[in-house]
Amino acid sequence: MAIDKRVGSAAAAVSDVRDGATVMISGFGGAGFANDLVLALRDRAVRGLTLIVNSATHPLSFTHTLIEAGMVAKVICSAARGRGKGLSAFEQLWKDGKIELVALPQGTFAECIRAGGAGIPAFYTPSGYGTDLTLGKETRRFGGRDYVLEEALVADVALVRGDVADRFGNMTFRYAQKNFGPAMATAAKLTIAEVRAVQDAPIAPELVELPGVYVNRVIVAGGV
Amino acid sequence: MGVLNRRQIAWRAAQDFWDGMLVNLGLGMPVNCSDYVRAGLEVVVQSENGIIGMGPLAAAEAADADLVDAGSRRVTIAPGGTVIDSAWSFAMIRGGHIDVTVLGAFEVAANGDLANWDSRIPDKGPLVGGAMDLAASAKAVWVMMEHNTRSGGARLLEACTLPLTAPGCVKRIYTDIAVIEVTQAGFVVLEVIEEVSRAALQARTGAPLRFAAACGVLRAPDIADEE
Repeated sequence: MAIDKRVGSAAAAVSDVRDGATVMISGFGGAGFANDLVLALRDRAVRGLTLIVNSATHPLSFTHTLIEAGMVAKVICSAARGRGKGLSAFEQLWKDGKIELVALPQGTFAECIRAGGAGIPAFYTPSGYGTDLTLGKETRRFGGRDYVLEEALVADVALVRGDVADRFGNMTFRYAQKNFGPAMATAAKLTIAEVRAVQDAPIAPELVELPGVYVNRVIVAGGV
Repeated sequence: MGVLNRRQIAWRAAQDFWDGMLVNLGLGMPVNCSDYVRAGLEVVVQSENGIIGMGPLAAAEAADADLVDAGSRRVTIAPGGTVIDSAWSFAMIRGGHIDVTVLGAFEVAANGDLANWDSRIPDKGPLVGGAMDLAASAKAVWVMMEHNTRSGGARLLEACTLPLTAPGCVKRIYTDIAVIEVTQAGFVVLEVIEEVSRAALQARTGAPLRFAAACGVLRAPDIADEE
């Protein structure tokens, strides 16, 4: 049977995400947020999610809708500060002890995901050594420099935003839309992509930025 | 001339850029450095979200929501530029490929310790971002900051009071009144504005200062400050 990863709707694409799932969500700075899929996930009203997302509070990401809906038990991120002096939904829940937070240097965050998809269970990095953020973590000296041991991250589901996909799930990204998407797609058991456009014809091999073997389902974004 | 404003500090730091360098500019004051690269030089600006060869801010009609910098500002790609993913971008940073990162700071210690990520605002969530990776692994860390707190307290200290971003990483500090090198022997002043005496500079600094033999006058052209 011909391979065809296209799915009719965001709701159908996330229909089997369960309570307690670990979910990676792409996006940085307004580019590459998988917002259609995030909203579809919110509508499923599952509970106890662990989110692996660079920012818990970016105003252009709809990650906050999952947090506000009380669906999130834990966030692993590099940024969790809401804008302004008031507290964001995340910060209020965190202050009240209702949500667990793991904050990582952004490069460690990215490499944990890359390692997770590459079969590397842990790695030593210089980032964060000697800071409060890595207190209690194992350290080791190599070549006269100190490093912190960080464990890889994997997920049940990755929600990834791209530009174009073909029926094989091959994908391209526009500019800074790429950010965490390609790495997250490698580190999840189920990768769901939302794109601006899907096409029947295969994307030219030299233009594919993420091979379709990492992508399980594709939907067309509705312009959110 | 007097005290440098924030854009003048960016101008001064940018005067030390060299041709062909790969530089990462932090949020806030440092991103303005790219406006003051000396004529004739080509500098490659790296943005932590993966833009290699970032150009100026996009004009309104050309702004593209998929082309943003680390501060979510809509930007452009310079000739020869490209975009890589975040894992690769930080591999580039940790791998020691960035010649200089220019970062903002709350405090810098005489041993080069940097504190720039956590000002201990009650109940606000942490904002780590890429600062720890950049501070730990760029070939050189330059800092742009106001020399003193709003209440006149020292930000250049014997030891940082705020949580560290990385230990022993800062090489040079550009402030509104001085340019200071961080050496094995502590702070060494390279330039100071005319209106501030050596004794006054020392009084505004929380660690002993040495003055370079060639210590000069810090000057910048007239540039309107940012809002």
